[in-house]
Amino acid sequence: MSNSLKQAYDLTFDCVQCGYCLPACPTYETMESETHSPRGRINLVKMVAEGKAAVQDLEEPMEKCLGCMACTSVCPTNVQYGEILENAKEVLDESKPSGRLESFLFEDFFPSKTWMNRLGDATWLFQQTGADRITNRLPWNLPLHLEAFADIMPSMPSPVKRKRRAERYIRRRPAVKKVGFFTGCIMDSVFFESNESTIELLLRSGAEVVLPKSQTCCGALHAHSGKKNKAIELAKENIAAFEEEAFDYIVENAGGCGAQMIEYPSLFEKGSRWHARAVEFSNRVKDISEVLVEIDGLVFSKPIEQTITYQPSCHMTYVQKVVEPPLALLEKVPGIRLQELERPGFCCGSAGVYNLVQHEDSMDILDVKMQDVCQTGADQVVTSNPGCLLQMKLGIKREGMDSEAVHLVDLLMQADPAPRSLR
Amino acid sequence: MNDWLKPLQDGLIEGRVLTKNADLYSYSFDASFGEYLPEAVVQVKNKQEVVHVIRLANQYKVPVYPRGAGTCLSGGPLPVHGGIVLDLSKLPAKIDVSPGDLTVTVSPSVRTQDINIEAEKRGLMYAPDPSSAHVATIGGNLAENSGGPRGLKYGVTKDHVLGLEIVTPEGELIRTGGQTIKNVTGYDLTKLIVGSEGTLAVIVEATLKLMPKPPAVKTMMVSFHKVRTAGEAISRTLTSGVLPSKMEFMDQACVRAVEQFQPIGLPVDAAAIILIELDGPEEALRIEQEKVEAIMEEMGAKEVIIPESDEEAAKLWHARKQVSPAIAKIKPTKVSEDATVPRSKIPDFMDRLQTIKEKYDLEVVAFGHAGDGNLHPNILCDQRDPEEMKRAEKAVEEMFEAAIELGGTLSGEHGIGTMKAPFMEMELGDAGVDMMRRIKRAWDPHNILNPGKIFAEKGQKLVLRNE
Repeated sequence: MSNSLKQAYDLTFDCVQCGYCLPACPTYETMESETHSPRGRINLVKMVAEGKAAVQDLEEPMEKCLGCMACTSVCPTNVQYGEILENAKEVLDESKPSGRLESFLFEDFFPSKTWMNRLGDATWLFQQTGADRITNRLPWNLPLHLEAFADIMPSMPSPVKRKRRAERYIRRRPAVKKVGFFTGCIMDSVFFESNESTIELLLRSGAEVVLPKSQTCCGALHAHSGKKNKAIELAKENIAAFEEEAFDYIVENAGGCGAQMIEYPSLFEKGSRWHARAVEFSNRVKDISEVLVEIDGLVFSKPIEQTITYQPSCHMTYVQKVVEPPLALLEKVPGIRLQELERPGFCCGSAGVYNLVQHEDSMDILDVKMQDVCQTGADQVVTSNPGCLLQMKLGIKREGMDSEAVHLVDLLMQADPAPRSLR
Repeated sequence: MNDWLKPLQDGLIEGRVLTKNADLYSYSFDASFGEYLPEAVVQVKNKQEVVHVIRLANQYKVPVYPRGAGTCLSGGPLPVHGGIVLDLSKLPAKIDVSPGDLTVTVSPSVRTQDINIEAEKRGLMYAPDPSSAHVATIGGNLAENSGGPRGLKYGVTKDHVLGLEIVTPEGELIRTGGQTIKNVTGYDLTKLIVGSEGTLAVIVEATLKLMPKPPAVKTMMVSFHKVRTAGEAISRTLTSGVLPSKMEFMDQACVRAVEQFQPIGLPVDAAAIILIELDGPEEALRIEQEKVEAIMEEMGAKEVIIPESDEEAAKLWHARKQVSPAIAKIKPTKVSEDATVPRSKIPDFMDRLQTIKEKYDLEVVAFGHAGDGNLHPNILCDQRDPEEMKRAEKAVEEMFEAAIELGGTLSGEHGIGTMKAPFMEMELGDAGVDMMRRIKRAWDPHNILNPGKIFAEKGQKLVLRNE
């Protein structure tokens, strides 16, 4: 038995197969079978480890798992489903040679600043030339259903503007807090403006904001695809990058990245030097909403007379366990009518690259989510993770709704935040 | 390929047949022990498809195992002889409340808790409240005759069923009972089917009884120096003219496990605690609460705690819910029994459990619905230790013997299934079991419906080990 299979197998014994996870699991709801439930998946891992089922039997159920972790919040015996899932993904990864597109994506594309800049540039060029408007009329389909996303991409700032960004910002001296900003890959290319808003909100709150140059991809996509070694490598780079200065907080604005970085210690052996460094690092990782609430340095003066709903990132809810701060910030904005979703904890189906690689299943889940969103009659749907943001934009387009999806930080910027006056 | 597979497939329009390995393994288990591979899983979407599957199975003599959400603790849906797992949980959800009649008509696929939620919208309630009500389907509850804490005051599932629509093993769609409280027309087939564990018919619709929702509830927690005093206090309360809606018992091991798992300030030095819930009009509750308090004081209870707010009360009930996960931390494998004794015998049963625990050197804890004698002794062990599991098997057998000797029964609410089948004769005697077998033969001449349950096969023994 491989090491990863052994690790997963041992954890399956915590599952008493009570089935309490079934009502929480989005794929159990949309795919309507026990095979696509947490309990079913855990049992399959056990069966494979005991040699009763084959590794291939595990493939589809595991790849169709969103990894949203909703099941972990209702599990009465606290099964470490995340670890079982990641180990199972490793087993699958070991059992088949990875294709060229896959190794390019994970080895070169995601960790690379150059590629992320190219993605940003390409999107800008695409939009400037109007190519985004004609993809829908192309006689062929783009790979990975990219055509579905073409016209929901946010407007990109020009490459020149993106290059002009500094590495250090300070407005109030002395600053109230020193923040290391984790920019993320997708956030910093596709959602560059949201990163700008994040920096601006921190500055207006009185913080000093530093963007360490040697930071890299958080490694979430790698860890969730069974590429643990690459995930460890990236974690080490980030830990080192944020050790260069004494930061009060390491701030991110992507629930998926935050969840991964909070779990860095689990990548290293307990008692090792790297484990201790990872603990130091993860203790300071905070979502932007938590930090804005903690510093409490903003007043919002411009009312937003709209109905707003909030679609939380699953990883922020179930892994980082950050639930209240985004709502607390929304409540501070005058005029907002906050209409909560009936099932905010139900995944939107974005789930990393799930909406690309399992497009149809992702759309089934999105349809369930959008029913809930439509009920709220929201003018703006607020999210806290780039994947969820794109997915919500796609959902709004599919439903033909007259609403917008925005990142929380961009919504806060609409309300004209000003530094709270020092008395 | 099985010769029945093609005609099976052909008769389904909306439903589907699953035969991939991953699917078969995913329907090979429930929340009890053992795993058995079916040859196919059929997910039906309407009653006619159920009729089709059963007729075909009867023709080809293929076993069929009805299944809801698979939360069964006694092996009800396990496909022990291969054949077809009939997944009824994907039937369209139907919850039709008739407030004027105080009834609700439901499809078997709905979750029990959802029935109660719909009833409450009209000031009514569906009383049975098994702790898995938010996951389990009503179909499964009906088949197993599930109970729950409120069983003390309101009875169990069978006490709330007025009528059923069923598919017989020969594929006939018939109705039993009706819509009325009073109904003495012929044999009471409704009560026969409820609790028959899917061996006599497939339930495709049920009409259930609703009751007015009590306007208020009141929680009390009482701790005791001695388990025996706790048992006596329960009897005394129940003969005082007060009928609480719940009386839940936790022994010291459970209390300590919960406090280690999620401390909420339960008295870890008490030998036992009882959580009591009274329900009714606010004014009546005040009087009843005083009465219970006086009884507890008179009995020499260690302490009576009355939570000051609903949140405080909810915390105590949350602690009760935490027993299951908390004791799982002692050891990972939980053998959960539900042997039930006359309520006055609870202290004797507790003594017997202690003896069994020492004799087999096992971790045994007890909690449960003490008000109705339905304790849940749990053995905590490790499935990976075959020697320990063997001792657990013997301990379970002795628990059953103890319960029966004290005038009790093998199962209060989980059902017989595979696990308790070997002990049926111990409780019912040869002639008693034979009468049941005759009923089974009359209904299901080809033995296609859920074979291997309730009735032990020759030489069948309780096995908790993975072989």
